[in-house]
Amino acid sequence: MANATNAETSPDTLAGPVSAEGRALPGHSFVIGPDAPLKLECGVDLAPVTIAYQTYGTLNADRSNAVLVCHALTGDQFCAEPHPVTGKEGWWTSMIGPGKPLDPARHFIICSNVLGGCMGSTGPASIDPSTGKAYGLTLPVITVGDMVRAQARLIDHLGIDTLFCVIGGSMGAMQVLEWASSYSERVFCAIPIAGAARHSAQNIAFHEVGRQAIIADPDWRGGDYASHQVKPVRGLAVARMAAHITYLSEPALHRKFGRNLQDRQAITYGFDADFQVESYLRYQGSSFVDRFDANSYLYLTRAMDYFDLAYEHGGVLGNAFKNTKTRFCIVSFTSDWLFPTAESRAVVHALNAVAANVSFCEIESDKGHDAFLLDEPEMFAVLGGFLKGCAEHRGLATGEPA
Amino acid sequence: MQAPARTAPLRVDLQLIADMVVPGSRVLDIGCGDGDLLDFLWREKQVDGRGIEISQAGVNACVTRGLSVIQGNADTDLADYPAGIFDYAILSQTLQATYNPRHVLSELVRIGKHAIVSFPNFGHWRVRRHLLTHGRMPVTGALSHAWFDTPNIHLCTIGDFVELCGDLGIRIERGLALDIGGRPLPGISGTGWRANLFGEQGLFLLSKEG
Repeated sequence: MANATNAETSPDTLAGPVSAEGRALPGHSFVIGPDAPLKLECGVDLAPVTIAYQTYGTLNADRSNAVLVCHALTGDQFCAEPHPVTGKEGWWTSMIGPGKPLDPARHFIICSNVLGGCMGSTGPASIDPSTGKAYGLTLPVITVGDMVRAQARLIDHLGIDTLFCVIGGSMGAMQVLEWASSYSERVFCAIPIAGAARHSAQNIAFHEVGRQAIIADPDWRGGDYASHQVKPVRGLAVARMAAHITYLSEPALHRKFGRNLQDRQAITYGFDADFQVESYLRYQGSSFVDRFDANSYLYLTRAMDYFDLAYEHGGVLGNAFKNTKTRFCIVSFTSDWLFPTAESRAVVHALNAVAANVSFCEIESDKGHDAFLLDEPEMFAVLGGFLKGCAEHRGLATGEPA
Repeated sequence: MQAPARTAPLRVDLQLIADMVVPGSRVLDIGCGDGDLLDFLWREKQVDGRGIEISQAGVNACVTRGLSVIQGNADTDLADYPAGIFDYAILSQTLQATYNPRHVLSELVRIGKHAIVSFPNFGHWRVRRHLLTHGRMPVTGALSHAWFDTPNIHLCTIGDFVELCGDLGIRIERGLALDIGGRPLPGISGTGWRANLFGEQGLFLLSKEG
C-alpha cells in the first residue's frame, strides 16, 4: 500500500489548494503526477491531477477508522467547517461533529472535492499545463468512476487500505455505490443516501435544461469564457434555479412560501419577483454563481447522467456487487421525487440477489431530495445505530461506555 | 469481531427458535419486528443475521440497534434471494398473515437450508369449543383479534400445515406443540392429533426433501 512518501506526491502537494477563482483555500491537496496518470473512462490518461481535500479527526494506529464523505453535485470538501468562500457553515455539520453520527473523536473523516469540481481539484477551470490556459471544454469528460478512482489514489496516498465507511447523498451516493462496486474489499460499510444506481431519463432531462441555460448565455463563449474575462452567470443562475426546484418537494415549497408576495401588498401585473418563491429562487441562483464554475456544472451533471452501474455490469445490477462483504445501509426519503425510494429499492433488490448484508430505511420527510442535508432526527438515529453496529463488527470504539 | 454483553431474556417461543439455530450460521428473519431475535442470535450465537420487516418503524428501530434489516414482506421479497443462501429462514407467527402461504413456505425452504416456522394453531380445542358453543369466530390468547381487524388471513391447524408440507415435499425435521406461553407441551409429539388438539402454537424445523 502506498503511503505519504509515495512517488505520486509531487512537490506541489506542499502548497495548499486553490479555487477556480485562484483563491487560496484551507486544507490539503494531493497531486497525481505524470509518472502514473489517472486513466479516465473516456480513454485519456490525465496528469497532473490535483485533488483538494479536507480531513477531520485522527487516523487511529491500525488505520481502521477512516470515513470518506462523498459530496453532491454542488458540494465540496468543506463539509464540517465554515465555507471559505461563502462563510456559511459546512454542508453536513448536521451529520459530522461531536456527538453526531460521524464524530471526529472516533472517525478520521476525509472529504475531497471531486475530479471536475471547482474548489481546488482539477476541473475545467484549472490551468492546463500544456497550454497555460484554463482547460475549459478541452478537459476530457469525467465520469463518476473517474472521480472514485481519483479518490482511491488519494486514499492510497493517505496510507489507508480499508475505509471504515464511504457515505454520501445524491451524486455522493453514486460515488458510494461505485466505491462499493469497484473497491468492495476496501469498503467496510457503505451508506448511499437519496441515490440511485443510474440517472433516470427525467434526471437527465432536468440536467439538460440546466446545461442549455449555461450554453445559451452569450458570456459562455463556447466554454472559453476564462479567456474573455467574463462568466456566464445568468445561465448558471438559471441552471441552479431549475435544479433547486427538483431538490425540494411541493409540500416543502408550499410550507415555506405558499403564494406569499415578496415585500408588497398586491401583485404588480409585471414580471418582477412578485412571489416570495421567485425571490428565493433568484437569490439561490445569484448566490450560487459566486462559488461555482459554469463549466464544472456541465462536467459534473454529465458525469451523473452517464452513471449506470447495471449497464457497466452486463445489464444486471447484482453483478456490480458480486461476493461483496461490505455492509450496506441504503437510505431514501418519502418525498424525494428526484431520487425516489424505488431507485433505492432497486439497489436493495440487487444486493439481496447476491446475498449482501444490507439495511434499507425509508425516512418519512416532506423535505424532498434535500432532506439528506437537513435536520432529520430519524436519519441521524438510523445512521448512528448502523455505524455503531458496524463499529462493533469491525472492533472499533463505538463511543459508548464499555 | 466480537459479540458484546448478554442481552435481556427472549420471549419463550423465540428462545425455542434460537435454540434450533447452530452458532455462527447465516439467518434471515422474516417479520423480525423490533429485532429481538436477531439481536439475540448475533450477540449470543455469533449469527450473521438479516431481517425483513413490513413496518418501516420496525425496520428503523432494528437498524438503529445495529441490525441489518430491510423493509419488505414475505409474499414479495423472498424471490430476490438465491437458493440455499441462508442456513435458516425464520418465519415466526407470520405465515398466517401472508397472502400466499404455500408459495412463502416453498420460498423459505428454497432460500434457507432449513426453515423455522411458527404459527397459531386453529385446531386447538379451545378454538373448536368456541366455534361449537358460540358459533362465532374464536378470540383466544394465540388468536387475539376480532375477525374484522385480524391480520391473520390464512389461519390453519397443525394438521393442515403438516399436510401442506407433505404436498410441497418439505421434510419436518422437528415439530413442537407449544402452550399459550410458548412452552413446549410435555410428552406430545409436534405433528400428531394431540398436537393439533392441545397445541396453542406449532413450531417446526423444516427442510426441502432430496
